Parts: sequence; C-alpha cells; structure tokens
Amino acid sequence: MWWYAARRILQTIPVILGSTLLIYALVFLRPGDPIRAIFGDKPVSDSVIEQVRAQYNFDQPFLLQWLLFLKGAITLDFGQSFTGRDVSDLVAEAFPVTIKLALMALVIEAVLGIVAGTIAGLRKGKLFDSTMLVTSLLVIAVPIFVFGFVMQLIFGVKLGWFPPTVGGNTSFYNLLLPAIVLALVSFAYIVRLTRTSVAGNLTADHVRTARAKGLSEGVVVRRHVLRNSLIPTVTFLGADLGALMAGAIVTEGIFNIPGIGNLAFNAIKRGETPTIVSVVTIMVLVYVLTSLIVDLLYAWLDPRIRYA
Amino acid sequence: MPKPTLPGQERYVAPIDETPLAAVDSVQVDEAPASQWKEAWKQLRKNPMFWVSSVLLTILTIIIIAPGLFTNADPRFCELSNSLGPAEAGHPFGFDKQGCDVWARTLYGARASVAVGVLTTLVVALLGGLTGALAGFKGGLSDTFISRVSDIFFAIPLLLAAIVCLSAVNNWFPDRGFWGGVLAVVAALGLFGWPQITRIMRGSVLEVKNYEFVDAARAIGASNQRNLWRHIVPNAISPVIVTSTVSLGIFIVAEATLSFLGLGLPFSVVSWGNDISSAQELVRSGTSLNVMFVPVTALVLTVLSFILLGDSVRDALDPKARKR
Repeated sequence: MWWYAARRILQTIPVILGSTLLIYALVFLRPGDPIRAIFGDKPVSDSVIEQVRAQYNFDQPFLLQWLLFLKGAITLDFGQSFTGRDVSDLVAEAFPVTIKLALMALVIEAVLGIVAGTIAGLRKGKLFDSTMLVTSLLVIAVPIFVFGFVMQLIFGVKLGWFPPTVGGNTSFYNLLLPAIVLALVSFAYIVRLTRTSVAGNLTADHVRTARAKGLSEGVVVRRHVLRNSLIPTVTFLGADLGALMAGAIVTEGIFNIPGIGNLAFNAIKRGETPTIVSVVTIMVLVYVLTSLIVDLLYAWLDPRIRYA
Repeated sequence: MPKPTLPGQERYVAPIDETPLAAVDSVQVDEAPASQWKEAWKQLRKNPMFWVSSVLLTILTIIIIAPGLFTNADPRFCELSNSLGPAEAGHPFGFDKQGCDVWARTLYGARASVAVGVLTTLVVALLGGLTGALAGFKGGLSDTFISRVSDIFFAIPLLLAAIVCLSAVNNWFPDRGFWGGVLAVVAALGLFGWPQITRIMRGSVLEVKNYEFVDAARAIGASNQRNLWRHIVPNAISPVIVTSTVSLGIFIVAEATLSFLGLGLPFSVVSWGNDISSAQELVRSGTSLNVMFVPVTALVLTVLSFILLGDSVRDALDPKARKR
C-alpha cells in the first residue's frame, strides 16, 4: 500500500506542473497591462512602470515567468500581490477560513445526506423516499447563488437568526448559514447516491446471508448494507472537498467571507497572476490529496480491494 | 440395464413446464432480437418521468423557436416610466426596474441559456467521447497521454477555470454580442468540462472491448476501425448519453452562476442569468418578487426536465436497474 501511495504522489507532480502552466497561460493571454491598471489615472513615469513590472517578473518571457514562480513556490515564496503583500501571507489568512467553511459544509452534507439517503433507500417508494427525491432534484436545479441569496434574505435579514454577512468575524456560528448553503447541492447528490446503492445492496447475496444467520435488522443495515453502500458516497465526498472550495467563490461573495474564493475572485478581476496561480495550485493540491486519501480508504471500506 | 434404485435415491424428474427451460421454448426464434435501443425505448415509454420532461422540453423548444407566440411585448422595449410597474393586460408579470416586460424577457432569455447548455454539452461529449474512446481502445502510450492530460484539466475546479478563462475573454472582446457571448461561455466550460466524459467513455470502452461479440467481429476479419465504430462505440456510448443529458442542465446553471458573477454573457444579451442577478436588489429591498421569481422558475423547470430526462434514459438503458 505504501508503494501504491508513493506512486500516486509521484503521479500528481505532472498534474500540478500542467495545471499551473495552464492557468499561467490563461492569465497571460489576458490583454491590457495589469501594472498600468494599478496606477489608474495617476500619471506615472515609464521607469517606475518598468521597475514594478520587473518586480513581478512581467518583463520576462512567458515560460520563464512560470519557471520563476515554480522556483519560488518550492521555497513557499509565492510572490507578492499588487498591494505589496506576500501572497503566502494572504493565502495563510484566507485558507483557514475557507477550509473551515468547506469542512463544515462537508460534515453537514455527509451526515444529513447519508442519513436521509439511507432512510430513503431502506424505504424505497415510500413517502419519505419520494419527498427526498423531489427535494434533491429541486436543490440540484436551483442555482446556488439563488439559494444563498434567498436564505440570506430569510434567515439573515427577515428573521435575524444569523448575521446576513460574515465580514471579519469568522466564528462557527457566523459561518453556519453559508456552510448550509454551500452544502446544499452536494447534499442532494449524496442523498441520491446513497439511496441508490442502499436500495441496490438490500437485495445483495451477502445481505441475504447475514439475515439468514439471524442477525438483527440493525446490525444487517449497519455492518452489511451501509458499509458496502458507502463506497460511492465516500468517493463523492473526497472529490467534493475541492469542489466545495471552488464553490466557495459564490458563497463567499454573497456572504462577504474573507476566504480563498474571495481572494481568487478579486485577483482574477485585477489580473494578479501570482495570487491566481497560487490559489489554483492550492485547490489542485487539495483535490489531489483528497482523492488519494479516498483511494486508500477504499481498502478499509471494501476488504476485497488490495493495493499491490 | 439400469442399476437398481436403492431406497432414498429415487430421482424426481421435473416436467418441462416446471423448469426454466420452458422460458427458452417461448423465445421467438424466427424474430430478430430487439436491439439495445429498441429495448430501451420500450422501457422509456412506460416511464411517466420521461413524458413529463418531454412535454416540458417540447414547450421549451417552441418558446425558443417562436417566443412571439406567447407574448406581444418586445423584451428590448423598455420604458423607464413603466419601471417596476405591476401586471397589466399583455404584461402578465409586470415590469422590471428598467421598465422591460418581465415575461417577455424570460421567454426570449431561454435562447441564450439553452444555447449555452446545448452547445457546451455537444462540445464536451464530442471531445470527451473521442478522447475517451481512443484512450480505451488503443491503450498503451495514447491512453497514458490522454489520461494524464485529462487529469490536468480535471484537477482545476470547473467554476474557477471558467472564471479565469472568461475574464481573459472579457478583456479581449468587451462587447461580443449574442453569439460571441454564448461561444465564449461554451469555450470556457467546454475546455475544462471534457475530462469527465473522457473518463466515463474510457472506462466504458475498456469494458465493452472485452465482450465476446468484439472478438467475434475480429475473428471474421473486421478491421480495427470498423470494430471501434460499428461494435464498440455504439455499445459503450450509453453512459455518455446519460451523463451528458444531466450535465446539460448543470451547464445552464453554470452559465447563470457565471452571469451572476458578472463574467458570463454580456449584459446586453437577454438571458436568465443576467435577469436573475439584476433582480436581486429589487428582492432585497422588497420592491418586487416577480422580477426574480419568473426567470428562476423558468431556469429551474428547464434544468429539472433535463435531469429527469437523463434519469429516465439511464433507467431505460441499464438492464440491471430494470429488474429491481
């Protein structure tokens, strides 16, 4: 298994190199001069422009810029933002907020999704099942920003249960409403996934055997149905942490949360290459690592899977 | 001379009607076997969800072809004197802040949203289907190459990647009209959406490749090309069709989200995403609910029909799910 993990980690190196290069190219293709944009309407001498441009390596050819970024990134030096702050500092401030938000959303969607999906799967075709199916379809069909907006309006502004915007105070309670909004879409997918596989596994041979052995219904469901049914759900959850962090761009925008999504969105608007590429690199890393963990979890969930 | 039977060893021979062999006799040998698609269509016809989504999508198609059938108002004829005006004859849902007819804008907005969904799905299905089929069928170096490249595109979150792409496009072509706007969103979503289909198609082709009928075709001398296009792809494509139908709806939602962020379709294009995001202020201040409710409902119904269609097609194509 260690050999497998090592090989998987080695495989991620080209993915990280390729995705940073790709984003670098996309940002590079942007026309206009981000350095001149910093100064706005203020008159500025060409020598100053040249100096600032050199500071961000914008005077170098494209591939060299990317290589210089990589060289810095290895020593955790991600360059500077246009306001002169180290990108590593900006990310270090924003990342914990987003990770907190994403993990809260992950826990909410996992717990509620698995419980609702299991009940729906066990009672396939009954009222609870049909209600969950309709709800999950609706949740998938409504854009997340509409949900965010409506929930902010109802629970934040009208009822006053939660603060409508988060701002500087990123406590658990303040992040709860945004986390619920962020979790909604994935919750719907988890309900559907879990329901389908629970309903399918109920008729599997090993479950019939467990029943025939005289195990109680609770033990059959927990140990024999659920453990097998959770494999697709766990796969989804693993891939979802990365998606949640990307989805946070919308949620953080609506609720004004100083997280990594907000950081990325503002940097993209300004064409601030070092920040954009750093954020993308982090998201790719999160995705790669979580999918590795999920693959290793398989072996625990399904003893038939062995890694040579 | 049969051996004498000892007590307890008598055999019971079931009459033919009690064995599964009876079913074999009932098969019509002289009739051609129903194809996978015919069989699926038979199943599909029985599914009420399929009919609900088909009716909704037919109505949507009529709206896209001839929005003028449902309203006499012009979505671009806006008079500030009508700003936030209530519903009146010919304007069933009143007016938005600019004094444009809400119902007419929603009807005409279907074009942009559906165009983005359909075109992105086509691009993604074609790119992903071709690369996936190639990777699964050829294996070896082509497989490694395609898989690694698709890994790179797959690792970057779709929404983030689309935002970066579109912010570049926005700066190149600030005003790009209807098709320019639609194609930009299609390109951004398509560029990063294909790896999902590649993975599905590759897995599916790898499975179908090992079936006996492919060996049989090869044995009677079918070329690689013929084997791939005539035998493997038609049998491997159903998961791609299902995923594409569902993701068509998801792409429509993505377009609305991008427009909400100010990066999707240009503001001059009448689209659900643009109308929803500009209606927010009115809802927040409690001025008008219709302005947001009408385009959101249209979008949700459209996305819902594509998801339901995808679900029913999957049920019809998957014989394993059928038995349950």
